[in-house]
Amino acid sequence: MAVATAARTITIAEALNESIRLEMRADPKIVIMGEDIAGGAQVEHLEDDEAWGGVMGVTKGLVHEFGRERVLDTPISEAAFIGAAVGAAATGLRPIAELMFCGFLGSCLDSLLNQGSKLRYMFGGKAMVPVTIRTMIGGGFRAAAQHAQTLYPMFANIPGLKVVAPSNAADAKGLLTASIRDDDPVIFCEHITMYTMKGEVPGGEHIVPIGKAAIARPGSDVTLLGVSLTAVHALKAAESLAEEGIDAEVIDLRTVSPLDEETILASVQKTGRLVIVDEANPLCGLASHIAGMVASRGFHWLRAPVGMVTAPHSPVPFSPVLEDAYLPNPEKVVAAVKETCAHAS
Amino acid sequence: MNLSQDELRSMYRTMVSIRNFEETVKQAFAKGHIPGFVHLYVGEEAIATGVCTALRASDTITSTHRGHGHCIAKGCDMNSMMAEIYGKATGLCKGKGGSMHIADVGKGMLGANGIVGGGPPLACGAGLTSVVTGSGDVCACFFGDGACEQGTFHESANLAAIWNLPVIFVAENNGYAQSTPATYHCAIENIAERAASYGIPGAVVDGSDVFAVHEAAVEAVKRARAGQGPSLLECKTYRHHGHFEGDQQTYKDDLYKSVSQGKDSIRDFRALVTQHGWFTAEELDAIDREAEQAVEEALAFAESSPVPQVEEVTSDVYVSYP
Repeated sequence: MAVATAARTITIAEALNESIRLEMRADPKIVIMGEDIAGGAQVEHLEDDEAWGGVMGVTKGLVHEFGRERVLDTPISEAAFIGAAVGAAATGLRPIAELMFCGFLGSCLDSLLNQGSKLRYMFGGKAMVPVTIRTMIGGGFRAAAQHAQTLYPMFANIPGLKVVAPSNAADAKGLLTASIRDDDPVIFCEHITMYTMKGEVPGGEHIVPIGKAAIARPGSDVTLLGVSLTAVHALKAAESLAEEGIDAEVIDLRTVSPLDEETILASVQKTGRLVIVDEANPLCGLASHIAGMVASRGFHWLRAPVGMVTAPHSPVPFSPVLEDAYLPNPEKVVAAVKETCAHAS
Repeated sequence: MNLSQDELRSMYRTMVSIRNFEETVKQAFAKGHIPGFVHLYVGEEAIATGVCTALRASDTITSTHRGHGHCIAKGCDMNSMMAEIYGKATGLCKGKGGSMHIADVGKGMLGANGIVGGGPPLACGAGLTSVVTGSGDVCACFFGDGACEQGTFHESANLAAIWNLPVIFVAENNGYAQSTPATYHCAIENIAERAASYGIPGAVVDGSDVFAVHEAAVEAVKRARAGQGPSLLECKTYRHHGHFEGDQQTYKDDLYKSVSQGKDSIRDFRALVTQHGWFTAEELDAIDREAEQAVEEALAFAESSPVPQVEEVTSDVYVSYP
């Protein structure tokens, strides 16, 4: 399959597929594995392109080009295959494993908490674990408590893991490429509702560095900070705030760990106000960490308390009316910004 | 056959209720009336029915993402079930769980489960409770062939064996873990053979034969209740629909499709009991109509029920907090 050399508009799922395809062409040490990641293993009548290619179709067609030696369907054995990806990375391969939903972390936590993240440190720097774990985060699909979680703070709390979460198609391609090439274990978070979102994506090689936030919209009155889908919410909120005369700057965090503190602080220095939008649970979470960091390093620039729009401290409910109330959205962001801006400076 | 006329009638009602319920869910889902994911039990009715007929009300079960059939067989109220699947306040879990987490602890139904292999450790816990309290209850643990490759299954089977827990591990082997055939994901043909490695009895039965399932379950329950420990029962079965609704099932081969279509536990049950003169076709037809009516009522109940109040988002997280 030819990969375009010029920029064009494609979905996030296509952008991810393109990144994996190009990297697999360039590096024979890359293997990909996961539940139904090719699909229909050993089903004789099945054409490669009819197989699932992962439950969301992100890896569709890759088995056609790279064969089942490098595109490995796994049993439903997360502890075994996430652990095997870590082990293979430590011994010379560069695996990409798909942990279908991030809630399945529960089934394979040891491989990431006690093995993959710590091998290098425990071995005195004499090992490296260049594995990428792609996993789905987020609500909005009515998938309920175990399949709609947003666990990047939990991953980010583990030293040794890098944690990435793109908000658009170009970044999805560029950050995944950077993650695959990175020599440390990277947890690559994909929002369940965003696979069909389209955007302009550069053709050929495209890299977005890990650990660098983007100013998605420049502004002067208040800084809105989001990651993955909440960066999209922040942009939408900024558009409606602009109509009311509030000029919001939007930071798309792009990487949760390592955290780009300098970009956040520079923006807060400029605007004096910060509203953080985060779909994860709030206790010991991303929003509270950033608020703490800003209080610690940029308190003198703040003209109002840091606003936070997060999920509540509860599991994700099933019923649409409850899930809608649970999740952050642009309206909640607008309300939080107005509250923040109402504080006298 | 050691089944009374009442038990036979109840078995049949359970199977047709499950079939009707699931086909109704399928239609409602296709119309966009049901949020999220649904995984249907059509084709596997005889397993939940055969096993649960061997249980008493105070016994418990653990279930899977494909859990509606287990619910019905364990006596859960279909109105509240359908309301749960619709995400309504009147649902078994107040609309918080949905299809994948439907549960009724009061009926001993310890939950459908979104985590493949989530059930077996819980079943060990239920078995331990029985042993410690001396209740004499058993736990039937349903799981699919996919779950047999999770560490939790192996660890739980071993734990139940060494602690002599009253657990019946029921592997529903429908041939596919999502789109991956069991012939690929499992190194041996019969999951039940693994029983030998845990030192417990293992048996393979035809999962579309409700009598064979029931007979094997009765034996396993008898052992468990007598303090003789766990058993592993593998029921060979066929999933008539997709892994989830919307799955195009391109991975199913012609052989699976044709064997699957030829397997119908309800048709076989009807043939057998009418041949023996235990029931007339008219009596069975009347049960069909009752089941259809009950499912229609469940649908109407779900559709007319109110949605939850948004305050419910943060309730039920803890018993008390702080």
